Amino acid sequence: MEYLIEGFLNAFHLLFTGDEETYSAVFTTVHVSSMSIIISLIIGLPAGFILGYYEFTGKKQIRAVVDTLLALPTVVVGLLVYAFVTRKGPLGDFNLLFEVSGIIVGQVLLILPIVISLSATAIESLDERLKNTLITLGARGNTIIISSLYEARFAIMAAAVNAYSRAISEVGVSMMIGGNIKWHTRTITTAIALETGKGQFAMGIALGIVLLAIGFFVNWVLIFFKKRA
Amino acid sequence: MKKFRLLACLSLTMIFLLSVSIISISSLSAEEGEKVLKMSTTTSTDNTGLLDVLAPELMKDTGIELKWIAVGTGKALEMGKNCDVDVLLVHAPDAEKKFVKEGFGRNRKELMYNDFIIIGPKSDPAGVKNKKVRNALQIISKKKAKFASRGDKSGTHQLELKLWKESKINAPDKEDWYIQTGQGMLQTINIAAERDAYTITDRGTYIKYEANMKGNPPLVILVEKDKALFNQYSAIEVNPSKCPKVNNALAKQYIKWMASKKAQKMIGDFKLMEKPLFTPNAK
Repeated sequence: MEYLIEGFLNAFHLLFTGDEETYSAVFTTVHVSSMSIIISLIIGLPAGFILGYYEFTGKKQIRAVVDTLLALPTVVVGLLVYAFVTRKGPLGDFNLLFEVSGIIVGQVLLILPIVISLSATAIESLDERLKNTLITLGARGNTIIISSLYEARFAIMAAAVNAYSRAISEVGVSMMIGGNIKWHTRTITTAIALETGKGQFAMGIALGIVLLAIGFFVNWVLIFFKKRA
Repeated sequence: MKKFRLLACLSLTMIFLLSVSIISISSLSAEEGEKVLKMSTTTSTDNTGLLDVLAPELMKDTGIELKWIAVGTGKALEMGKNCDVDVLLVHAPDAEKKFVKEGFGRNRKELMYNDFIIIGPKSDPAGVKNKKVRNALQIISKKKAKFASRGDKSGTHQLELKLWKESKINAPDKEDWYIQTGQGMLQTINIAAERDAYTITDRGTYIKYEANMKGNPPLVILVEKDKALFNQYSAIEVNPSKCPKVNNALAKQYIKWMASKKAQKMIGDFKLMEKPLFTPNAK
């Protein structure tokens, strides 16, 4: 038990003295997953809207594929992205492997299905009368999209929070594409995996606390907005 | 009250977005036009902390920013074959020579050495203390004493396989007493400690482990100082004629710096618990 208490004490020491190595991993995580979520929302929200709003042939099939991809294992994404971005691979020229940008690509692939699927569900569950009302009031194109998304805002925020949580907590893509390079691509999760394996608990505990705190903060924002409404 | 909360929430969100953009901008500008060298290396140079000491000095002297990926030597060589790194720092002489011969690498340069040791529980259940290494392995396999293997084609694993062969034992694989971890050296030592197993490690990583355990580790050195346990580390340039995109100029500069008097002295001076971990031997 002693080592655990010591681990916790050291963890707080690391956090409050602003240990450079610990915070480097924290910033990398926040940077990477924030970029991933922003890109995923830009691509995923319109896609989710189309999938949820319009009726077209093949819709069910696409929906089935997207829903299946919700369970995409992180290591499979890692494998796929690795095969494409290695310097020998088709995207080798972009120099993405062992870079933060490579992790972002992988995480976007990972969380895009979450954003698309959950926002499509959100749009689908809107009242049918809203669509008619909007059209009757003379709304066209973009206005319909934006108004619908606005009406479904809480469900969509929940989708974003869900996707963000997956991004900050995944370890497969970060490890395989990022390579866990100290000061560069070492994220909270890869650092925890490494440090625990090495038998050094303090940094793992410190980073675990930060990860939970980020998760709590993000969810708190969601709850806060809901309360205000 | 409501207004205040709204304000607080908005400002928090703003701070968050602002910090994200600042971080991304700063990291983007850092990547532009800088001398970044990618290296794949064995876990021992990373686990021991040697590279943490050398990298800042390399930066000071040459302006090269070293990014290293610590995997086993086998995987490190694969990364070289895939052109994903510019230079290697590894320790499996036979595999390295083959790598160079096949044209994947060039200008292999020996830089430093230490030695391998067999460690195990203090009680030494199989009784291998101070035996010759081949004899010790024979006893371990005969008594089916637990043995943790890297199992990852790393330099240490390759040496272990060679030693089984030299001891005239079919390399164990599915046997109950044989634990293949597939992880780095320090991780494997930790697994061996949890399972009361023997394992083979380079001395540098063991000293680091000893230091982590504050000088009182559950696993102790049982077999050492056998000629068969010599452990040479070398650097190799990834061959630009196979991999045109690698940064060969920086790789050359890096190896030259590692072989320089200053770096060699730093390697020799790198100690934990007053014990040297590596001995420089660049010629």
